[in-house]
Amino acid sequence: MAYKNFTVETDNDGIALVTWDMPDKSMNVFTMEVMDEIEAICDATTADDKVKGVVFTSGKKTFSGGADLTMLKGMFAMMAEEKAKDAGNATKKLFDAAGRMSWLWRKIETCGKPWVSAINGTCMGGALELSLACHGRVAADDKSVKMGLPEVKVGIFPGAGGTQRVPRLTNAQDALQMMTTGSSLSPQRAKAMGLIHEIAEPKKLVATAKKMIKDGLKPVQPWDEKGFKAPGGAVWSPQGAQLWPAASGILRRETNGNYPGALAILKCVFEGLQLPFDTALKVEQRYFTHVLQTPEAFGMIRSLFVSMQELNKGARRPADVKPTKFKKIGVVGAGFMGAGIAYVTAKAGIPVVLVDRDMEAAEKGKAHSADIVKKGVQKGKTTQEEGDALLSLITPSSDYADLDGADLVIEAVFEDRDIKKTVTEAVEDVLKPASVFASNTSTLPISGLAKNSKRPKNFIGIHFFSPVDKMMLVEIILGKKTGDKALAMALDYVAAIKKTPIVVNDTRGFYVNRCVLGYMNEAYNMLIEGVPPAMIENAAKMAGMPVGPLSLNDEVALDLSQKILKAAIADLGEKAVDPRHMDLVNTMVDKHGRLGRKNGKGFYDYPAKPAKKHLWPELKTLFPQKNADDIDVEVLKQRFLVGIALEATRTMEEGIVTDPREADVGSILGFGFAPYTGGAISYIDAMGAAKFEELCKTLAKSYGKHFKPTRIVQELAKSGETFYQRFGQEDAVKQAA
Amino acid sequence: MADVYVYDHVRTPRGRGKKDGSLHEVPSVRLGAHVLKEVRDRNGLDTATVDDIIFGCVDAVGEAGGDIAKASSFEAGYKTQAPGIQINRFCASGLDAINFGAAKIAQGADDIVIAGGVESMSRIGLGMAGGAWFMDPSVAFPAYFMPQGVSADLIATKYGFSRDDVDAYAVESQKRAANAWEKGYFRQAVAPVKDINGMTILDHDEHIRPSTDMQGLASLNASFVMPGEMGGFNAVGIQAHPEIETVNHVHHAGNSSGIVDGAGVVLLGSKKGGKSMGLAPRARIKAFANIGSDPALMLTGPVDVTEKLLQRAKMKLEDIDLFELNEAFAAVVLRYMQAFDIPHDKMNVNGGAIAMGHPLGATGAMILGTVLDELERRDLNTALVTLCIGAGMGTATIIERV
Repeated sequence: MAYKNFTVETDNDGIALVTWDMPDKSMNVFTMEVMDEIEAICDATTADDKVKGVVFTSGKKTFSGGADLTMLKGMFAMMAEEKAKDAGNATKKLFDAAGRMSWLWRKIETCGKPWVSAINGTCMGGALELSLACHGRVAADDKSVKMGLPEVKVGIFPGAGGTQRVPRLTNAQDALQMMTTGSSLSPQRAKAMGLIHEIAEPKKLVATAKKMIKDGLKPVQPWDEKGFKAPGGAVWSPQGAQLWPAASGILRRETNGNYPGALAILKCVFEGLQLPFDTALKVEQRYFTHVLQTPEAFGMIRSLFVSMQELNKGARRPADVKPTKFKKIGVVGAGFMGAGIAYVTAKAGIPVVLVDRDMEAAEKGKAHSADIVKKGVQKGKTTQEEGDALLSLITPSSDYADLDGADLVIEAVFEDRDIKKTVTEAVEDVLKPASVFASNTSTLPISGLAKNSKRPKNFIGIHFFSPVDKMMLVEIILGKKTGDKALAMALDYVAAIKKTPIVVNDTRGFYVNRCVLGYMNEAYNMLIEGVPPAMIENAAKMAGMPVGPLSLNDEVALDLSQKILKAAIADLGEKAVDPRHMDLVNTMVDKHGRLGRKNGKGFYDYPAKPAKKHLWPELKTLFPQKNADDIDVEVLKQRFLVGIALEATRTMEEGIVTDPREADVGSILGFGFAPYTGGAISYIDAMGAAKFEELCKTLAKSYGKHFKPTRIVQELAKSGETFYQRFGQEDAVKQAA
Repeated sequence: MADVYVYDHVRTPRGRGKKDGSLHEVPSVRLGAHVLKEVRDRNGLDTATVDDIIFGCVDAVGEAGGDIAKASSFEAGYKTQAPGIQINRFCASGLDAINFGAAKIAQGADDIVIAGGVESMSRIGLGMAGGAWFMDPSVAFPAYFMPQGVSADLIATKYGFSRDDVDAYAVESQKRAANAWEKGYFRQAVAPVKDINGMTILDHDEHIRPSTDMQGLASLNASFVMPGEMGGFNAVGIQAHPEIETVNHVHHAGNSSGIVDGAGVVLLGSKKGGKSMGLAPRARIKAFANIGSDPALMLTGPVDVTEKLLQRAKMKLEDIDLFELNEAFAAVVLRYMQAFDIPHDKMNVNGGAIAMGHPLGATGAMILGTVLDELERRDLNTALVTLCIGAGMGTATIIERV
């Protein structure tokens, strides 16, 4: 029988080699069709007396990325449809759909003939779960081979037997660690954990797999043998008593209780290890069905998988502009940002000229890359050769003439209009007219800076986040006159350096920093009200923010905040800034000399290591403190999230951000907005605009008019639409499918 | 409702709850039987008239499993008409046994009840009964489960008790307990445990360390740093009380309740029951209550339950002459005194579990007896007995002399 996605060749020893190679995909993923074909292969090989066993491998460089998450999206759509028809039956249908993969793997596991998975490359999610259901597992000894169950990162969990087989192969602690973090394993680590049996030279992978069968591999899993005991000990054992109480504690520490998928992993393992295998799979299926229906799963899959993929593929790129192959890129300003930009550019294999006033400064900028490379080599993340190749692409220079021939020049000089003007003119003197000039400004509107340019059509903002090598988002800012060519080139560049772009229109602070500013302002409000500082920080983290607002402000530097506030007053008038905020920042900076992390004292004190940073004790004396027990931490959490989300709606209302996918992805990648929500706009859509409007009104009454619902929120509350419906992305999910 | 009276009480001495503790050789059921025998023999009870025996026992597994109250009655030679039941509300089980007994009597179901508890921590081990509370993520997660020591440290942090504060309290507890022993205040309550030949196995609380001083305690390392950090429990506490930046670990073996073995019972009865026994009542169970409290702080339930109980009994704090709060951890008592502004000279006047130990299921009965004796000795009238409880609960009982 012929299959669309597989070839099956049975050799003289009666071993069927099943090779998975999807014709229209760069990577194998599980679709309904793929699962149908695997089932057919299982049936056929089981029925065929000539077949003694099956080796399952991939014909691509990678093994498989796991389930096609668009398939899950299909399930969401089906669920919505079914719910409308017959709510009671809808759950049952989802339950069956959610269990399809799990029971298919179980069918293979119990088919009576030995199956061996020959893992030749990246093997993730459902693909690893399929492998774990095989009786033998062998992985190629190659750096590119990674195995993992990353489902938790998109709000779900390994629901095709992963939560049951992993803790039956390795101890429960390692199993929980692996699944709740979604971390991936090298073949060596996987073997040490007992998840795979053998590691083979890549060329001998299939032969090794076949040999396992020829050597008499038993087609029965350990847990299907009588008297099986989990390697980590029973739940109700001294080992179990060591593990389980701490497992819940650590999960709360790591997730703040915001991720139902992660908690479900603990529940599945805890309950499943006490059950016979088939019953355990059913329990897993019940939790999986439940978690699939959470707003967290919906929001995270949409933003962190589908939307991110679409943006990475250039969803906003003007189609009619030819793609740029970068031959040379210039970076002006070799400070921390410029040096970082040079690094990520060289890392993408693009030659980069790094210009600063003098050679010393330029060399110092390049040294930043050397530093990152050195650390990477030490950690085994890169090799010396790769690092050397990368560094050879960076040419430090003090001569603007060296920028000649660059397709794109990015300036990352001091945030000062006059300096920027000088640089722009100097660069444009040597640039070809067709080249694009980009500013990495974070505070100055692009249209204003573009006035310094002779050709504002080719002037654009490319706003990186710090540290450049770690932060995955790049904000592209269109000035009033920015043309399609500049936008296309900026997007091509961001794609080349493998970061995620959002395209926004010009405004003070653009998108990300406007939201961040609101976040820190709300912390100022709380400080002034007398909320204990630790409570402010902890509430933010409990709301899902990666860094507390006071800590973040210390990183940004308080004197920079002071400068930004003063600039806002200078440009927009006294009313642009809450005078209490100005007072607070002035007090911190001018009176107490607290500038932030950079001088070792900001909202926190930064004692010498190994002592940890801690809140400045005197901070409590600046404002009369409220009794913590009289403060509702849930309200504090809401104030942070609602404040940011409202700012996001403002940017959409103003046309700064035009696409909710960008608002969502930008909020998560740019400043870590509570990822479990799916982003600042999904946060609103999940609760509904009407409820959000109510929440805003309630908060506005107690905490200030900055919480007053925006016009767009009011409109949507009335119409009952979501942001995704209003802004034309309601079927982003279907499009992706 | 019938009035409920206390006619007598008796307890074992408390043996160190380790393999080298004197009571380690004594099975749980024999500890229970011992106090049953004592209360029978002292009062000449016809055990056929005992309507119920209620024993608190926290780790009721193995030899303490099943129904240890009924089991103890056999070894004690009680008549078969006396039934028994074991209950568990963690550390307050012994006091809850008394309250349950009181409720049965008040309702008119029973006239004579022996209530108390038993725990051989050396033989069974803390936590051996397991439980979803700390094991099952479906429970531990919403319950903000953490080891009690971390909760005690959280209380100290939240309410501002320093290491010196808690150590000073512990030193005082030792002093008071030693003084009470020396002066013979416990003589009547404690029935030495003897072997089958009548030879004494233990006749005093062997956990007590009268020489304890601040300097000695200062040399001990805080016990809950590791679980707090490695087990994620500090973070759990902070998420429940986010005004806290870091948990200040102050508790250690010297300012926490001792792990010990022991049993204790109280003889309860209605007026009619007292008459049939031919005994004069010593005190009345005036009121009691239970409450659930903040699960992360876990051990502040006594504050909440005291408020509830005083309100229900229409009483004021000033009506209470003596307070007896189980010394699970020093911070528990310090917080209670802070919350109600209770002077230390009304609180645990003869020391407590930091000095003498806390045999989980038995403690409630033991401390009710202790404070009753003290009311009589001082000729005072009213006492409030309360214990903090795992998972965040509180039980309290008010007794008044008659």
